[in-house]
Amino acid sequence: MTRPPKPEPVQVVKQRRDAALAALVDGVPYLRFLGIRFDRRGDELTAILPYDDALIGNPLIPALHGGATAAFLETTAIIELAWATMWEQMEGGGQPGPPQLPKTIDFTVDYLRSGLPRDAYARARVNRSGRRYASVHVEAWQDNRARLFAQATGHFLMPVRDDPTRGA
Amino acid sequence: MPDIDRIARQFIEAIPHCRPLGMRVDSVAGGLAVISMAWDARFVGDPGTGVIHGGAVSALMDTASGAAVMCHPEAPSTTATMDLRIDYMRPATPGQRITARAECYHMTRSVAFVRVTATDEDDTRPVASATGAFTVDRRGAA
Repeated sequence: MTRPPKPEPVQVVKQRRDAALAALVDGVPYLRFLGIRFDRRGDELTAILPYDDALIGNPLIPALHGGATAAFLETTAIIELAWATMWEQMEGGGQPGPPQLPKTIDFTVDYLRSGLPRDAYARARVNRSGRRYASVHVEAWQDNRARLFAQATGHFLMPVRDDPTRGA
Repeated sequence: MPDIDRIARQFIEAIPHCRPLGMRVDSVAGGLAVISMAWDARFVGDPGTGVIHGGAVSALMDTASGAAVMCHPEAPSTTATMDLRIDYMRPATPGQRITARAECYHMTRSVAFVRVTATDEDDTRPVASATGAFTVDRRGAA
């Protein structure tokens, strides 16, 4: 009788996933510039934009800059897409290659209310991910998950994957 | 410089987020705004290519659009982005300055419509373009 293989210790799994995410996120200078971090629960990512005075666009209200909000949503979408690809490779038992980032084709931001001088959070949902194109929706909120301050939809060009089974 | 343009320039120059991005107001007048930003390693989005992050280009285009609204002859007292749709046509060449030219082409009592184009030093081939709808606040306006 053969026993099913023993599952890997949880720390090993966590470490591998965290390292893969760090490799992806730490490689992008603009994420560091804005101070964006990613929180991971299993495969689910939440992007965090900690408040900073340099993110303000209107000092009178004060409100977050629309451009900072757009950048936050766009990076969340890009990282989510790249992460989904890495996750598949990793969980399939493979070694994820160097992170390859999708390219934005278009991005539409819907500003629902002004961003307050607080931390902001965002989560992206990949609505369609084909071999060449992907469509992603992103939602951003601050104090209340149900009260979004911005949402966006974008289309992305997926990186060309090295596929050794395909001839030249 | 007419008052509206001077006020619009001050409005843009007082935006905290534009300072770390090194944005420069090249011109603001009559609903047209030109704002530019130098390439910087900190703004890179794809470390493999050195191409600036789309988000940085968006921030530049959003700022130029807001500036175009502020310097429109109808002189709103303030504005905020309601909607911005950005198309990325090609990667900006690393090392080159990016310039956004925005035009507020229509304004109603409460909404301003803007189109904007971003180019690098080859201004014959746009890097990105966007259209936006902006709120128009007339409170306190003379």
